[in-house]
Amino acid sequence: MPRNLGLRIGVVAVVLAISLWYLYPPKQRINLGLDLQGGIHLVLGVEADKHVSAQTERAAEDLKNGLERKGVGVKRVARDGLSSIVVDLANPSNWNDALTVAAEFSSFDVRDRDEKAGRFTLAMRDRAVAQLRDDAVRQGVETIRNRVDQFGVSEPTITRQGTDRILIQLPGVQDPERAKALIGKTALLEFRLLDEQTSVEQAQAGRLPEGSEILYQRRIDKETKAERKIPYVVQKRTLLTGSELTRAEVQADPNSPCNWQVAIEFTATGTRIFGEVTEQNTGKHLAIILDGTLYSAPRINERIPGGRAVITGQFAVEEARDLAIVLRAGALPAPVTILEERTVGPSLGADSIRQGMIAIVGSAAAVFVFMLIYYRLSGLIADVALVLNLVILLACMAAFGATLTLPGIAGIALTIGMAVDTNVLIFERIREERRLGKSVRSAIEAGFARALRTIIDTHLTVMVTAGILYNFGTGPVKGFAVSLFVGLAASLFTAYFFTRLLFDLVYRGRRKVEAISI
Amino acid sequence: MIEIFRSPSYNFIGQRRWAYLFSLVTMVIGLVSLGVYGLKYDIDFTGGSIVQVRFERTPSIAEVRKALSKIGLGDAIIQEFGHSREYIIRLSLGMTGSGSSEELGPKIDKALAAEPSLGKAEIRRVEFVGPQVGRDLQWQAVQAVLYGLVGILIYIAWSFKSVRGGVAAVVAVFHDVIVCLGALSLTGREFSLPVLAALLTIIGYSVNDTIVAYDRLRENRGKVGTRGKTFAQQMNDAVNQTLSRTILTSLTTFLSTAILLFLGGKTLEDFAFVLFIGVITGTYSTIYVAGAIVVDWTSYVEGRVRRGKKAVAKA
Repeated sequence: MPRNLGLRIGVVAVVLAISLWYLYPPKQRINLGLDLQGGIHLVLGVEADKHVSAQTERAAEDLKNGLERKGVGVKRVARDGLSSIVVDLANPSNWNDALTVAAEFSSFDVRDRDEKAGRFTLAMRDRAVAQLRDDAVRQGVETIRNRVDQFGVSEPTITRQGTDRILIQLPGVQDPERAKALIGKTALLEFRLLDEQTSVEQAQAGRLPEGSEILYQRRIDKETKAERKIPYVVQKRTLLTGSELTRAEVQADPNSPCNWQVAIEFTATGTRIFGEVTEQNTGKHLAIILDGTLYSAPRINERIPGGRAVITGQFAVEEARDLAIVLRAGALPAPVTILEERTVGPSLGADSIRQGMIAIVGSAAAVFVFMLIYYRLSGLIADVALVLNLVILLACMAAFGATLTLPGIAGIALTIGMAVDTNVLIFERIREERRLGKSVRSAIEAGFARALRTIIDTHLTVMVTAGILYNFGTGPVKGFAVSLFVGLAASLFTAYFFTRLLFDLVYRGRRKVEAISI
Repeated sequence: MIEIFRSPSYNFIGQRRWAYLFSLVTMVIGLVSLGVYGLKYDIDFTGGSIVQVRFERTPSIAEVRKALSKIGLGDAIIQEFGHSREYIIRLSLGMTGSGSSEELGPKIDKALAAEPSLGKAEIRRVEFVGPQVGRDLQWQAVQAVLYGLVGILIYIAWSFKSVRGGVAAVVAVFHDVIVCLGALSLTGREFSLPVLAALLTIIGYSVNDTIVAYDRLRENRGKVGTRGKTFAQQMNDAVNQTLSRTILTSLTTFLSTAILLFLGGKTLEDFAFVLFIGVITGTYSTIYVAGAIVVDWTSYVEGRVRRGKKAVAKA
């Protein structure tokens, strides 16, 4: 009497029950990869250095203000390279005061001191630079996740990849260009004053003051569709950014029909700053700038206390909606570029599923029939084990939230081929033992026992390669590695443990088993 | 009972000289083809763009090219893909200008729509791989194969306490990789990420067979039947005893890959092709490469030891 028959049946029953529970209903439980259901796969590179230099720029601005508050006159305080600030004092006698102010910038070290000339450099510490770079990517991931959530994509994947990349997968998105624009936009909203001392002609002739730059407004002619670029001279100093926003909503533009505008509302701090700015600059023009493009530059008629403003700019309703989304979600800390893009239309995905299913069903059927003919009853046992293997494989994928890709389907087809290998090994061994004249039961016993070592060796080596594939592969290849790995692990259970159980059940009890159907 | 082999006793190892010659010839053919024609790398590795388009009717490649040349993409590689109505447009990194995928899909869509003779066109897939990613992937591919080989070497050396066996198995696998790459090059197929995956699977598969034979050798050692047999004979016995399993498994796996190749569709074709070739060469190399090398290596080492002993005895 085989040992622990009841316990072993129990184990199989539990595994089967758990598998079915995870699998039901299959349509919702199995994640299909982008290549099967259509969608966008993007890898973005974050230009993290831009974040470092922007933060250094900001620190330089703070330092300048700090020095001026202490009454230290400066000739020049400017960013130098990626993460250094050069300080040139107007009067070297202020040296000690200047150093006291500089010491407050704890993420910087004072270097290259030249007390006589009143000159020194603040260099950002390496750890602070690394931290900023990391922040740029992490915040980028967060911001993009916010944007995608508001855009309304079901089950998006947005993760960091390596040090400075972001992986984005948006299943089922119909309009890839719009999604790309939404994700890739830096969305840095700035409020700055126009430089009303300098005319555009002067600026274009090269007489541009250091604190100003030329920015353009885009205008599209309604009739000719031609785009015009209108230059403005704008001060470089930013008075307020989009980080102080609480709300951004789409409104119809009351002044021009079929155009839309985005109404924004500031936080308490933003409202206070906005009030001050509008009070101090009444009569001047305030430029609203998004990612370096000027949208409008209305004249400030009076102090605006409520903390509300409107961005106008010939928006179509979708554009306005997307702009509101990116403003709400916040700006990316650093610009991003698209390094890799894969867009699959839904019709192609459906074709791939069909072909993949044909391949799986085809190869499964071929193997089933082959085993049945060659090994008869034992072949049937192997086939039952194969079915259980597929069920467990799919259930594991559902349970881990793994994604089924087209190469993943191929991996399953291959698993079918290799899972029967285990049974072939065992069956050939049993036949051999029978040839040596052993009884049915001891042949089964010896066949399973002798094949075990080999089976473990073969499974482990292929699992090693599947593991390596998983580590080095991307997207679809990962999917292949996952289904191969899980399929093999399941095959250890089904092709060995489960087939053994079936054999014991079939050849149990009867006092003397004379023949074995193998 | 159906049996392919009943207690086979073919003299595989005895014929290893011929096998070496055959292996050498196939490898040389593969290497020459790799040297002359090279491997066609997919955009996964070179960077660039692919746009897959399906037309309502069947335009000629020249017509498609004419439409594309109006937006400066006349140099694109245009290939039929599976269907006669379906085309793949390949663009190298230089052609897309800034090297980004920005607007490429809509641009081509517009250009095709502007040519009424083409009929309706549907953009089904757009892929873009930047130069950085391509470089990274090339390096990762090489790493994946190398780590795969090293992993196998270590596992066999540890599990069978035989560095010789490990090296021989890796040489056999290496042989399979060269043959598969040669076949890819000869048939002008592309080396893509899925093909890399197939190659790694073949590495695992090929070594699988080898392990089964080694396992048998290890098991037979010290048994009554092996006394007085040379190592070559023992290896030959092990290969013969596992022969029916090797052939049967190869057959089922071969069936699976053949079905993938013929029914899996265009996207999986190259992938399945490598598996198809790999299963054949993997089975062959188990018997004729891995086993044979271990035998020759062992007899070489034993010969040296014997000569060494003789020299000592003389002195």
